[in-house]
Amino acid sequence: MKENFSALPGNVVAGIDVGGTFTDLLLIDGKDGGRVHIAKTPTTVDNQAFGVVSALGATGFPIDGIDLIVHGTTTTTNAVLERRLAKTGMITTRGFRDVIELGRRTRPQPYGMTGTFVPVIPRNLRLEVSERVEASGAVRVPLDEAEMRTAVSQLIEAGCESLVIHFLHSYANPGHERRAAEIAAELWPNGFITTGHALLSEAREFERGVTASVNASVQPILERYVERLRKELGTKGYARDFLIMNGNGGMISARFVTRESAKTVMSGPASGVIAAAYTGKRAGFENLVTYDMGGTSTDVALIRNAEPAVSNEIEIEYAMPIHVPMVAVHTVGAGGGSIARVDAAGLIQIGPESAGANPGPICYGRGGSEPTITDANLVLGRLAPKKLLAVENPVTVERVTGIFEDRIGKATALSGVEAAGAVLRLGNMKMAGAIRMVSVSRGHDPRDFALFAFGGAGPLHATALARELGLPKVLVPARPGITNALGCVVADLRHDFVNTVNQPVSGLDESQLHGILERHRNEGEELIGKEAVKPETIRVTHSADMQFVGQTHIINVSLPSSSVTREMLQLLFEKAYFARFKVELPEIRANLVNLNTSVTGVRPAIDLSRLIDPAGRVKTLDEARREIRPVWYAGAWHDTPVYAREKLPLDAVIEGPAILEQMDATTVLEPGDRARSDADGNIIIDIGEA
Amino acid sequence: MAKLDTITLSVLQAALQQVCDEMDLTFSRAAFSPVIAEANDRSDGIYSALDGSLIAQGSQGLPVFVGVMQYSTKTVIEMIADGRCLPPEPGDIYIVNDPYLGGTHLMDVRFAMPVYRGGKIFCWLSNTGHWPDIGGSVPGGFSASATAVEQEGLRLPPVKLFKKGVLDTEIYAIICSNIRVADQRIGDIRAQAAALLIGQDRLNGILDRYGDETVVEAIAELRRRAAEQMRANIAAIPDGTYRSKAFVDSDGVVNEPLTIALAVEKQGDTLTFDFAGSSKPCAGPMNSVLATTLSSVYLAMRHIFPDVPISAGAFEPLIVKRPEGTFLDAKYPRPVSGCAAEVSQRIAEAVFAAMVQALPDKVTAAPAGSSGNFALGGNDPVRGRDYVMYQISGGGYGGNAGHDGLTNGCSTIGISKSPPVEIMEQAFPVLYRHYALREGSGGAGKQRGGFGLAYEVEILRGDARASFVMDHGRFGPQGALGGKDGAPNTVTVFRGGEAHVPPHLSKEQDIALKAGDRVRVGTPGGGGYGDPLQREADLVLRDVALGYYTSKEASDKFGVTLAADGLTVDRVATEKRRAGQNLSNSFTP
Repeated sequence: MKENFSALPGNVVAGIDVGGTFTDLLLIDGKDGGRVHIAKTPTTVDNQAFGVVSALGATGFPIDGIDLIVHGTTTTTNAVLERRLAKTGMITTRGFRDVIELGRRTRPQPYGMTGTFVPVIPRNLRLEVSERVEASGAVRVPLDEAEMRTAVSQLIEAGCESLVIHFLHSYANPGHERRAAEIAAELWPNGFITTGHALLSEAREFERGVTASVNASVQPILERYVERLRKELGTKGYARDFLIMNGNGGMISARFVTRESAKTVMSGPASGVIAAAYTGKRAGFENLVTYDMGGTSTDVALIRNAEPAVSNEIEIEYAMPIHVPMVAVHTVGAGGGSIARVDAAGLIQIGPESAGANPGPICYGRGGSEPTITDANLVLGRLAPKKLLAVENPVTVERVTGIFEDRIGKATALSGVEAAGAVLRLGNMKMAGAIRMVSVSRGHDPRDFALFAFGGAGPLHATALARELGLPKVLVPARPGITNALGCVVADLRHDFVNTVNQPVSGLDESQLHGILERHRNEGEELIGKEAVKPETIRVTHSADMQFVGQTHIINVSLPSSSVTREMLQLLFEKAYFARFKVELPEIRANLVNLNTSVTGVRPAIDLSRLIDPAGRVKTLDEARREIRPVWYAGAWHDTPVYAREKLPLDAVIEGPAILEQMDATTVLEPGDRARSDADGNIIIDIGEA
Repeated sequence: MAKLDTITLSVLQAALQQVCDEMDLTFSRAAFSPVIAEANDRSDGIYSALDGSLIAQGSQGLPVFVGVMQYSTKTVIEMIADGRCLPPEPGDIYIVNDPYLGGTHLMDVRFAMPVYRGGKIFCWLSNTGHWPDIGGSVPGGFSASATAVEQEGLRLPPVKLFKKGVLDTEIYAIICSNIRVADQRIGDIRAQAAALLIGQDRLNGILDRYGDETVVEAIAELRRRAAEQMRANIAAIPDGTYRSKAFVDSDGVVNEPLTIALAVEKQGDTLTFDFAGSSKPCAGPMNSVLATTLSSVYLAMRHIFPDVPISAGAFEPLIVKRPEGTFLDAKYPRPVSGCAAEVSQRIAEAVFAAMVQALPDKVTAAPAGSSGNFALGGNDPVRGRDYVMYQISGGGYGGNAGHDGLTNGCSTIGISKSPPVEIMEQAFPVLYRHYALREGSGGAGKQRGGFGLAYEVEILRGDARASFVMDHGRFGPQGALGGKDGAPNTVTVFRGGEAHVPPHLSKEQDIALKAGDRVRVGTPGGGGYGDPLQREADLVLRDVALGYYTSKEASDKFGVTLAADGLTVDRVATEKRRAGQNLSNSFTP
């Protein structure tokens, strides 16, 4: 580290997000009145650092002139999902080495007695030592240090690069894990040692063990990546510290990020939600359902009072829980590439099969032959037919329509266009159902929310989905295709803390609660103090996970301050419970499960008003119009004006039907919808009755 | 009315499904009993006003309830019609748990609510939740030695628990006076009712939007098409009769195996299931009531064809001959507590074993197929209170055409997770000595079975009584198409240093234990699929490296000889050994 510096409004901040296909960069030049530079370059899969550097190069902005780089990476996500992990060993309590392989007796789906599961650490690299702590924290069998040394040596000999130490009840008494880590540190050739309690100090040995195992097995990978990137950036003249996005939606210095690598596994989706919260707040929308539609899946999250919902219980795939606080992003297995077909009962079904990125939808011209949702958008005039010309082996709209007629229409007595209309309608309907399950069905009134649509395909479906879900408004940000990179630019520094209390409210010691919350605050402030980036202010929020005594599920309630009282907890909980289930249970006592604190180092506000260059805007709507083309809505073709989004006058009001096109996204207004723009270039759509 | 178009039909199919999914979610999240909240031992659905037949059911509902609720709803409708039940009014919710009136065991308590449109009943919403206790001779209701249903708990005919939306406190008081841990039941009752009310709201939204007549028409059409889809699946099966057998270890009272004999006849586009030759009704609680027997067949077929939506139509081409005079059609007062948890899984196993012959690419060898109920009741002198602990556990799944069986999978009829060891040790005065993959337990095969679980629990303090309702102790889960059986279930109780094996192997009640005594359980491995001699030698080597099998087992069960270092396959010896073909399937615990 050369210096301390602060990300003042006058500085140059670059957010870089590495996605599956593209690396997106958004640079806001505070020295030039918030001028925006954008780059999109192909992701370099083997070493994402090259893609990052080439994105930086593509802006033409001198790298040594950048004050701060904030980076979202999928390095660890890919490593886990593709099981390209560092060789990792585990040392655990005698009798319990199979915990991470046995799981909680599940199968991947309710019906179908098949499935496969590969544990993160193979069985032959999971060794046991004599030690045992009871649930109370009392030591029953002392740690056998000689056995510990032998086990460590054995794993080193086997070629392990990372080590997990995972003992039963370490959340109650971490003494054995700590001592074992000391012993291991004497022998282990590097610092990649993860103890189970360090990331997650909660009961449940499977979930804690998997979280620790994921952490250890991506640590060396993340470390190498960060070093490569540091070197690459260094050669180009950027010698400062850079920040990495964590799954909790906060940033952390690249110097510290590897210690808790597991927290980066969901960082990509988190940054999009952070950008949504930030953009929404500036636009006056504090309650949002965010919706990022990609090719194979769609990420959905909930934002209330400008705060993204956070969960400690994310499962990134079957039997792969990562229980650290992360932005609660739910992934729905349907996207633009979801394939439509007619089943044996003669009904149209969408997915779960997907054409993915390769071959992709038919219209990508990469050999795809199954009709997808994206293809339906093309047939119906929602996507510009011109775009087809840009692909390697162009396919005509007629050909795609023909495939719809063949595959869907023949069995259902529909024309090709009608079939595409049916596929789109059904796709939207199913997507809306999935969104409802993870958002508004959890006790929220849809009328209080707006749909925040981003990603390449999000705005294409947004008005239809909002209508289906009963959300009155849609917000399409200025740059839907680089929302994740924007999240990097605007994210704050953040640390989360959880303490298990698990006592009935009536018997709580209030001073103990205050003590816990104060300790959280102090630890958080201390951690943020170590960062090179100095925040403008520090914000501390507290919440409580609560339930009725005897329940297992919890409800999260926000606390107004750290000076909580028993009465306050009881009241807040009853209110939240009634809102969710319409049930009052005065005869049963409330229970406080966890106390949570987030300490956020708030960075100075970043001006978004130039995300769309004001110089490019025209005076009248007519000047922004590109063409009028027929588009299919609700069973008929409508002549629909198509506008260049970047050119729209700021005060324009657009009545649906209309289409707004921009480089990275297409927004559809259906008949009855009405859109306007705001100062940041967001499009805000009022959903019509239709 | 205009003919219903495909699009509206597809949309309504998804919409009705979502109503049920939302009821499932609400019920679980609001429930108190961990059996419902964590283990999802519950189900919600929409049923016809006419005859209670199934319109749609939640995708996350407990599989064994797949067909059951339509019979209980049908019974309620019939009893209203002939005056045995008070006629319904808007806001009423009936409660019923009588096994012989379209049920399972007494612990599965059903709510049924009529949904009114324009003053008439449009349909019924029903749900089932497994209550943690319903009275009877043992806490939790799984008495291994009951000989009449009265010993199993409180039996409720359909009565209105909610009248015009208001809880009947008198009926509620009767229930609470007859069950254990009654103080939390109000929470579960409210949750179970809340799920129905949320379902009603959502359903009304759909009816308002699409019109009642369109929805009625869609329901009929969806039923017809589900039947068509199931028929199309069946038509692809070669004509013929496929026979199988499965065995329940004993009924818990008389120590003799019970036989399920099944002949599945495929003709045209129907399957006829005939259980003739199965054992007579039994003295102990391993009887099944008709609704559960039917449901077990349906859920097994849905495991085989998961793409057919759950509706009464899907069951139409599945003809089950009423197994009168057998233990699969128990009448009052036969005890039935084992029917949902164990007998249902043996029925499903018989279906798998028959159908794997017809559909070798779709069906697996037998899974462990037991809920593994181990109940421990005792007193904790440190906390000064009584406790009841339940340990449920998984086992290996059967190998199949594509893959080896899954290790420690959930019971065939359930979707519930087992509790973490740390949570059990927090809550009860016990200590687990190990909780491990049961090595060697997967049945040998080209695709081997998954592995069962091995655990051992020690009583730390106080006296306790242990009860077991498990199965597959006598015979392991059967292999298929040349695959070998998985390892059978084992229970050993160490009392004062002496090892005790229950005479019924997998079932026993009230074994007295003291501090320091231990219970050791090995759950079944899954059956193997295909000839073990055809398993790739490198996969056998990998299994040995991972400690799943010993190198002796590699040789004995798979005919694979490893080199002296154990790190490579001795190809020459293996070829010779495999040509000789003399394998054993002995399992050494």
